[in-house]
Amino acid sequence: MRKILSMAVGLSVGLAAGLGLMGGAQAAEKLKAAWVYVGPVGDFGYSYQHDQGRKAVEKAFGDKVETTFVENVQEGPDAERVIEQLARAGNKLIFTTSFGFMEPTLKVAKRNPSVLFEHATGYKRAKNVATYNAKFHEGRYIIGQIAAKMSKSGTVGYIASFPIPEVIAGINSFMLGAQSVNPNMKVKIVWVNSWFDPAKEADAAKALIDQGADIIAQHTDSPAAMQAAEQRGVKAFGQSSDMINFGPHAQLTAIVDDWAPYYIDRVKLTLDGKWTSTDTWDGLKEGVVHMAPYTNMPDDVKTMAETTEAAIKSGALHPFKGPIYKQDGTLMVKEGEVMSDKDILSLNWYVKGIDDKVPGQ
Amino acid sequence: MRFKLERRETVSGLGLVAAPVIAVLATLLIGTAMFLVLGLDPLAAFRIYFIDPLTDPYTLQELVVKACPLLLIGLGLVFCYRANRWNIGAEGQYVAGAVLGSIVAIATNGGEGGWWILPAMLAMGAIGGALWGLVPAFLRVRFGASEILTSLMLVYVAQLGLDYLVRGPWRDPAGFNFPKSVSFDPAATVPLLMEDGRMHAGILIAIVVVIVAAFVLGRTLVGFSIELGGSAPRAAAFAGFDERRVTYGVFAVSGALAGLAGIIEVAGPIGNLQPSISPGYGFTAIIAAVLGRLNPFGVVLSSLVLALTYIGGEAAQISLKMPFDVTRVFQGTMLIAILAADVLVRYRVRRVEAPARDAAKVTAHA
Repeated sequence: MRKILSMAVGLSVGLAAGLGLMGGAQAAEKLKAAWVYVGPVGDFGYSYQHDQGRKAVEKAFGDKVETTFVENVQEGPDAERVIEQLARAGNKLIFTTSFGFMEPTLKVAKRNPSVLFEHATGYKRAKNVATYNAKFHEGRYIIGQIAAKMSKSGTVGYIASFPIPEVIAGINSFMLGAQSVNPNMKVKIVWVNSWFDPAKEADAAKALIDQGADIIAQHTDSPAAMQAAEQRGVKAFGQSSDMINFGPHAQLTAIVDDWAPYYIDRVKLTLDGKWTSTDTWDGLKEGVVHMAPYTNMPDDVKTMAETTEAAIKSGALHPFKGPIYKQDGTLMVKEGEVMSDKDILSLNWYVKGIDDKVPGQ
Repeated sequence: MRFKLERRETVSGLGLVAAPVIAVLATLLIGTAMFLVLGLDPLAAFRIYFIDPLTDPYTLQELVVKACPLLLIGLGLVFCYRANRWNIGAEGQYVAGAVLGSIVAIATNGGEGGWWILPAMLAMGAIGGALWGLVPAFLRVRFGASEILTSLMLVYVAQLGLDYLVRGPWRDPAGFNFPKSVSFDPAATVPLLMEDGRMHAGILIAIVVVIVAAFVLGRTLVGFSIELGGSAPRAAAFAGFDERRVTYGVFAVSGALAGLAGIIEVAGPIGNLQPSISPGYGFTAIIAAVLGRLNPFGVVLSSLVLALTYIGGEAAQISLKMPFDVTRVFQGTMLIAILAADVLVRYRVRRVEAPARDAAKVTAHA
């Protein structure tokens, strides 16, 4: 009995997969796509921007797609169930947008070979699991330069989330940018160990300002630090989304994630039946990362920022161009060379001039 | 004018049966109003919440998987709460158990395996939870410190300890600095019971614990001493029961079961250690214990009901596009309705005519 049952299940899965391919080729059926967010869509930061991308997909494809999202999904035992339920509800393309969803996504993908998965910021792929991320560090080079120009105290406060390569690369890129303007720039880093914790982020900003930082940069998701900077009359950079409403006098610019082009591209590939498992890492040039308007700064600083932005877009400037020295003075990237993508994606050391220790090392 | 709750001298049998029915009706009524205001179809919402999860074999398994930690922790809390010891820190004991149990998994990772690994992990998990639970017990017995505060504060200590371990010494060397331990080997993983789904052998342990707990609490002298120590401490002292031993005992049992839940969850559905291993199971289990009227079989039922509201809430987000906050409000409505109905059966609301101070004055004048 059990054997017959499992044969029947196998047969129907095979049929479903076959039908799915046919459906893809003809693009006749409505594509159901789903998004899983780690925070609330109202965080006005990371999850909010992903949801803007989802809305752009709805707008671009009209009634050819039907989208769903689940917000506030814990990066624990619940994630796997949510992703599985989405797959079972008939979604054929599922975006899981936080690093902690990596293992659950892979587990569900293994059980649902006919469903396509896209995992943001992770490093493990499978036949039906693609990964995608953005070169946020390109924007951080620009804000590093702006910070060095604007700071009077010569000290920047940096609110960091987790000591993972993406964040370390961001700090390094920021400092390389700052050092290109003022070789003696100092940075103070506070690790809040969370992507989204407005209370902690605000406390960190206040503590950094008390320690003499007159510019606040952040690698966390909420506008709380921006609000704190506005209150205390210092300048700050927005993260993930344009936070100008939270700091009309404080925001210099913001590194904005714009997932819409990527999401639209992936949905189109799925509709055309051309989806493959890829690893995408786009930046300023492709428009996945863009800079909010340069505000609250003199014209010469603005011109410098715009020049740098154009240079990164054209490829004339690479944030991780040698010579780059490690904290202890070891030469890591030679003059005239640039750091490989692979090395950037596994960075776990600071560049020279950062007076801090990578946590856990 | 004030209101006062008075314990009813006799609780009517009819009331006990009617309470849950009234609670469900009230929930449905408030829910209907809420869904209508939001422009959602109430019938579809109720079907997705309460019927669909119970008719699909996959979600049925998920229901049990979600209820398992609530049940194990809740059972432990029944021991504490019956004895009038307020262990609020089961979440910390859960984490401590997960951490101590994982030592075995991480030390043997990549090795040859062996049948003993999983049992050793479970035993270590229970010991870890029990030790963590004994701290507030000790502080209460020795210094008279409130176990409500100390057990709660120890939750954060345990969570930050776990955080340190997965970012520091136990970080997966091949994990690009991401905060997570190595994935556990098959020998260090709780086996699955079905081919398709996540139901794991931890459920069987939970069932055994339910039966043992019901027996110990209902049929043994130990159970009697817990009950008596909770309801009539002076009588218990005269009867020769040692209050300190009860305190240590219930905290050890409660901690051990929470720790067991922690290691089962880590070695089962999660499969590795990471900064967040519980969506607040230790706190939700408090509701499970109280809702189950501190009866082991009642906790089985309440854990399943709570798990159903979570899973139904996710399903409603997926298929009705109901906002997350609405699912939580609905869950809260249901819990309040159940608890309110329960209180109203056991207590009556009486209007107190005048504040006590004025009443005294009136008497004086008379």
